[in-house]
Amino acid sequence: MGIRTKLSGNEAVSVAFKQINPDVVAAYPITPSTEVPQFFSTYAANGEVETEFVPVESEHSAMSACIGAQAAGGRSMTATSAQGLALMWEMLYIASAYRLPINMAVINRALSGPINIHCDHSDSMGARDSGWLQIYSEDCQEAYDNFIQAVRISEHPDVMLPAMTCFDGFITSHKVENLELMEDAEVQKFVGKYKPPYHLMDKEKPMSMGPLSLPFHYFESKRQQAEAMRGSIKAILEVAAEFEKVTGRKYGLFEEYQMADAEVAIVILNSTAGTAKDVVDELRAKGVKAGLLKIRVFRPFPVEQIVAALAKCKAVAVLDRADSVNAAGGPVFTDVTSAMFGRVDGVKVINYIYGLGGRDVKTDDIKVVYNELLEVVKTGKVKEVYNYLGVREV
Amino acid sequence: MNAGKGVKLVSWKEITHGSHVFEAGNAKNFKTGDWRSNKPVFIKENCKQCLLCFPVCPDSAIMLDENTQVTGFDYDFCKGCMCCQEACNFKAIEREDV
Amino acid sequence: MANVVEIRWHARGGQGAKTASELLADAVFETGKFVQGFPEYGPERMGAPIAAYNRISDTKIRVHSNIYEPDFAVVLDESLLECVDCTAGLKETGAIVVNTSKTPDEVRAELGGYKGKVCTLDAREISESCIGRYFPNTPMLAAIVKVSGVMPDDVFIKDMESSLKRKFESKPQVIEGNMNAFKRAISEVKGL
Repeated sequence: MGIRTKLSGNEAVSVAFKQINPDVVAAYPITPSTEVPQFFSTYAANGEVETEFVPVESEHSAMSACIGAQAAGGRSMTATSAQGLALMWEMLYIASAYRLPINMAVINRALSGPINIHCDHSDSMGARDSGWLQIYSEDCQEAYDNFIQAVRISEHPDVMLPAMTCFDGFITSHKVENLELMEDAEVQKFVGKYKPPYHLMDKEKPMSMGPLSLPFHYFESKRQQAEAMRGSIKAILEVAAEFEKVTGRKYGLFEEYQMADAEVAIVILNSTAGTAKDVVDELRAKGVKAGLLKIRVFRPFPVEQIVAALAKCKAVAVLDRADSVNAAGGPVFTDVTSAMFGRVDGVKVINYIYGLGGRDVKTDDIKVVYNELLEVVKTGKVKEVYNYLGVREV
Repeated sequence: MNAGKGVKLVSWKEITHGSHVFEAGNAKNFKTGDWRSNKPVFIKENCKQCLLCFPVCPDSAIMLDENTQVTGFDYDFCKGCMCCQEACNFKAIEREDV
Repeated sequence: MANVVEIRWHARGGQGAKTASELLADAVFETGKFVQGFPEYGPERMGAPIAAYNRISDTKIRVHSNIYEPDFAVVLDESLLECVDCTAGLKETGAIVVNTSKTPDEVRAELGGYKGKVCTLDAREISESCIGRYFPNTPMLAAIVKVSGVMPDDVFIKDMESSLKRKFESKPQVIEGNMNAFKRAISEVKGL
């Protein structure tokens, strides 16, 4: 039986941490993710978990401690934001290359500078090619559900990769809203006991990690890692199906909202997807065939599935809450368009960079995007591919 | 780069996760003897069996018999550093070009 | 977005608007509704003008933006009326509730033509006499419940009592003062 309650995103995820009861949590505080280890340290101090809580001196050390704990056969977790994630950078690649299924909550915040503590996706988008799975969440419920599922996905024998569960800083992390929690025992049963296939403390099967891998071995290791990422799509869907059986809540690689007959659609992730759904309803009431595709799983990138979902649209706008500053487009846009290239022709695709550094996104902003898409359909012409939404032009 | 004679290079499907190493003492499978450009030669009649050479060898390439008597070099692993010749006071180790 | 009640809180950093918006969300949640309670974060410190928000609905709330056209505005510090446009976008079918010793008519004169309902409550006097210290958020929370009608007064009172009993298990002496402040605020809010 689920527990109906109201919590902020950070509270909900710290409850997930508690219910999972991992072996090690190593973390360093940074706004807006601070509350996750803060609440968790209370659970640890009160003896509500058996976890070894390690208050480290930096995020680099937090990730290093998680890597050490996971390599020793434990289940380890952490949480961070923005500069904290950036400071972990080199260790992110070590974690994924060593195939250590560490779980991390990334509470999305703009990377400075200029110095800013508010929401955008430049932190996790920058780490999109670090070999970690990335799962994005619209609200507190999804942040909680995704974190619990990510543990199972990352530890799946065919995957064995670390995972980031991402949700919007402040907007989701600090907003109290309704959600349904699982019972402690249900979560314990769902995640099960972590049984690593090998670890450094196994005296029956001694091993060593972290050898120098020279040019005649390194490439094969990376190729194998890439295959695990590709194959994780199957595990993600398997875990989602099992999660639905327990909770009744359905998850896929992405959510299709009014996409069946959509002529114009927005591709988006995290909290603004919710705001945009209200706009879709408003447009539908006026007879506009508007739809929305909310990406849940960004790494691995579900190429075939996303292309199939967008193939029948006439015009699509991909919204990025991070700018690649590359003169080409945002990270979600470049992935969506390269997926479509050669697989589906004739769909006009444009890009909007929005909400940087916590710029609020209103339903009116989303209407601007749909209006532009309708204009593209009407005229058959794209004025500008790479656009900015909600920035002062004059 | 040369992986070395006799080293089997596996495909990405067979390689261990993260190039992890699961076999203890597997250095013996990697023959470093072909790195040698100097070759120590054992002159048995000069050797007093003082064993000063044995501990200085960085590659454990000085072979002993069951009575801990030096019998020669293991050329599969000797890199020809000639530390043993420096340690020998009895001209029992000579250098040869490879 | 039909049937969504939106509330905007105006206060100064330290006056407890974030806590009040969370408490309101907690209380309304207990009536079976969908709620959101969230602050607008900034580089604010003690005394800086801040905002917090509530959305209340019978169905799942998906909008995650700030609130620009609220049904109700709550002003925890009357000096904000001079430096913040507290009625910006405020619906005229709604109301503004201000913490002040002035009358609703006196406050209306300062609001630059807002046509909706103007309500006032002397939250300072209530807080100081019931709680012994100035916590404007406690009486103003009760005032907005009364003015907005988002939940019945008696249900709110019962809910607050049980939540205070849980929260202040070790300090039962604070419960009575807070409960009196809530009750007085509900009966003393003017301009209804």
